[in-house]
Amino acid sequence: MKFTQPLMTLLIGLTLSAAALAEPLLITGAGATFPYPLYSKWFSEYQKIEPNVQLNYQSIGSGGGIRQFGERTIDFGATDVPMTDGQLAKTDAPVLHIPTVMGAVVLTYNLPGVTETVRFSPEVIADIFLGKIKKWNDPAIQTINPGIALSDIAIAVVRRSDGSGTTGIFTDYLSKISPAWKEKVGQGASVNWPVGLGGKGNEGVTGLVKQTPGAIGYVELIYAANNNLPYALIKNKAGKFVSPTMKTVSSAAAGSLKSMPGDFRVSITNADGKESYPISGFTYLLVYQKTPGEKGKKLVNFLNWAITDGQKFAEALSYAPLPKELVGKIRNKVKTIDTQ
Amino acid sequence: MIRSKSHKDIHFADRFFAGTLQAIAWGVPLLLVFIAIFLTWKSLPTIRLFGFSFLTSQTWDPVQDQFGALPVVYGTLVSSFLAVLLAAPISIGVALFLTELAPSWLARPVGFLVEMLAAIPSVVYGLWGIFVLAPLLRTTVQPALAKSLGHFPLFEGPPLGVGMMAAGVILAIMIIPTIATLSREVFLAIPAIQRENALALGATRWEMMQIAVLKTARSGILGAIILGLGRALGETMAVTMLIGNRAEISASLLAPGQTMSSLLANEYAEASGELHLSALLEVGLLLFLVTFIINALARLFVWRSTLGKSPR
Repeated sequence: MKFTQPLMTLLIGLTLSAAALAEPLLITGAGATFPYPLYSKWFSEYQKIEPNVQLNYQSIGSGGGIRQFGERTIDFGATDVPMTDGQLAKTDAPVLHIPTVMGAVVLTYNLPGVTETVRFSPEVIADIFLGKIKKWNDPAIQTINPGIALSDIAIAVVRRSDGSGTTGIFTDYLSKISPAWKEKVGQGASVNWPVGLGGKGNEGVTGLVKQTPGAIGYVELIYAANNNLPYALIKNKAGKFVSPTMKTVSSAAAGSLKSMPGDFRVSITNADGKESYPISGFTYLLVYQKTPGEKGKKLVNFLNWAITDGQKFAEALSYAPLPKELVGKIRNKVKTIDTQ
Repeated sequence: MIRSKSHKDIHFADRFFAGTLQAIAWGVPLLLVFIAIFLTWKSLPTIRLFGFSFLTSQTWDPVQDQFGALPVVYGTLVSSFLAVLLAAPISIGVALFLTELAPSWLARPVGFLVEMLAAIPSVVYGLWGIFVLAPLLRTTVQPALAKSLGHFPLFEGPPLGVGMMAAGVILAIMIIPTIATLSREVFLAIPAIQRENALALGATRWEMMQIAVLKTARSGILGAIILGLGRALGETMAVTMLIGNRAEISASLLAPGQTMSSLLANEYAEASGELHLSALLEVGLLLFLVTFIINALARLFVWRSTLGKSPR
């Protein structure tokens, strides 16, 4: 019995050191659910490039991401809505917002017998979601859709019941285009909706819209596209009706480049530009300005990859890639991360 | 020497074992206390700010930081009581059939299948509700109700499918196994001689069930119903998928509503404001208190019935 003991010790020691050698550097993050499909693609692709780094991401929601990032239980956070000044003041160190990709929010609807694409103006959208327009054949809708025979079916507003970045972008848009909305409801991940049914998640909203004749709801572009739902043309700031595509979303980002603040905390809803789709937004990764050590260096490498090579995975998953002009600015920002 | 030492050891082991078990046994109620303390502590900001008006205000506005829980408390109670109203008669009928009428070759598989209803995950009920129940309510049940009883405020409004009624029906289906199985146990606990006595006195089978079974088991049935109610109060996923998620008090069962648990499930993940979080945790505290009280009541009733005497 006695001679097996050193042998065992040796074996255990060997296994442990082998494990230590093969153990990749684990970088953990958590937050927004909206970019999760893209992020998980990125992390698996990035592991092929740098096998020693393993990125671990939990899609717990933007709010949860900001909370955990603030408590430093994770190395990076992710959010669809930039942190507020109040939230930033509460963190114990400076925080950087790194835009990674853009997404569009589309209006989808269920109008039996209508095959043409419905058009909406900002005023009509606000009045529908404020509960002022109640029927589909309301003159306000009919005048901007002259070719479509709209019936007197009641409008059933469908919106997200769970707090979400999608709601954040949509209510940000409504607050910009409608003073009444801004005063009565405002902008946020969860708001006090004047009317409507709540569906949980994008899938809950698409489910309700699909099943309720006369319904109108807002979802992320990828969900409408994947579920073959119709989505409306929306009149932008320049007065043109545009469809949500990669091009029109990128154009919205480019349109707001001039007014882009240094920390990238910007809303690109109702952006300038003839081709700009008005309801879209950035999604961000949150990192601390000072992220020391090996972890910081590897995280910087990953961020640089994500905003350049990583962008080519965006389109296949219905996210709009960052406009070229912006990538340089973000890269300069990533350079300022202090890894010492 | 050796014997006495081992004797002592045994005593020590006994004492050690008893002590460990005691610690574990105390640990569980302590956990309950800790949860209550945690919830209260975390909801202090809104308790301080809103005080009692948190229970009476109808506004839930995270943007303006105005929080009132009345609509969700209302939604929770109405959907759960509706569920009990629908489920209790069916469940008691099932339990009576299984214990008093069905031959044993039928009673066993049927009883098993009823219990199986409890094994279906909540989210599956929710999906079934979205794809089968809500369309059925929207196209058939609710238009018929609106046509015949539409002038009552209870059935006013457009038929949407999802709403308070859909939530009540899905909850009813989910709590049938709880009420039916517990009622069956209570009926089985009644001595056979009591039934025989009733029959010997010339009672018909129906009279026997009334006198010997239902009357005796009254408080046990009540306990079963309250336990079913307890389950309905806390149910989250299926309700969230079907209730329409609108924190508003409406007299109509066709209108959407919101419950305490669905509000928590919906908003907690994305809540980042301090007051918003605190308000959500205070709703959690309310839900905890309501379910705790209801379950305590149920225990009391079931004890009275199965022990055959009052706990006093």
